[in-house]
Amino acid sequence: MKMYEISKEPIEIQAVIDKVVQREAGAITTFIGTVRELTHGKKTLFLIYEAYEAMAVKKLEQIGAEIEERWAGSQVAITHRVGRLDITDIAVVIAVSTPHRADAYEANRYAIERIKEIVPIWKKEHWEDGESWMGNQLETVAYPSGKPEEGDLNE
Amino acid sequence: MNKILFFAHLRDAVGVEFLTLDAGGKTVAEFKDELVAKYDLPRMETVMTAINEEFAGNDEIIGEGDEIAFIPPVSGG
Repeated sequence: MKMYEISKEPIEIQAVIDKVVQREAGAITTFIGTVRELTHGKKTLFLIYEAYEAMAVKKLEQIGAEIEERWAGSQVAITHRVGRLDITDIAVVIAVSTPHRADAYEANRYAIERIKEIVPIWKKEHWEDGESWMGNQLETVAYPSGKPEEGDLNE
Repeated sequence: MNKILFFAHLRDAVGVEFLTLDAGGKTVAEFKDELVAKYDLPRMETVMTAINEEFAGNDEIIGEGDEIAFIPPVSGG
């Protein structure tokens, strides 16, 4: 079973959850990252996600290993989508199971924050008046290949 | 020879997904400077480098046959 995947197809949420089911678990948390239409009033039409797939899988595995070391008894599964995504589509699903619920919430939050730091995946935002690769995990830097102005993007 | 991979805005700038170049024996910093001079790559000071799918520092020496990837600030999730 592949616990860490980059997928060109829509992510099946339940399939990710099923990977972390374990008899020792008292909790499973699931994070579902979706494509948002409005960022500070700016309307996104759709996104393109691109990955350095081989390295992205390795970095997802690293995040999983960090979690399993930090939260005893945890199991992690992560699938990240690539390609064109429309508004409301699912970009990422993270499932974490742990013996106790507090750990499941914490560890899941840790996973998404680490993805935004170290996993080589990029998104290109398409708006009505332009497109741009988003520059960093905080979405505060854009790399315009057209419009809009950077001030419109600050999040 | 080395396979050099580009992503996101760098791929747009270079116009191809990868180049095959000789980078063996050079440090990451030296090779980066060479590419910037040749291809007019934007914002390389914010770009990380990977050697064989692992992040590498500027002083690391590239080996013959290593796969090099330039990693702009990531925006997954």
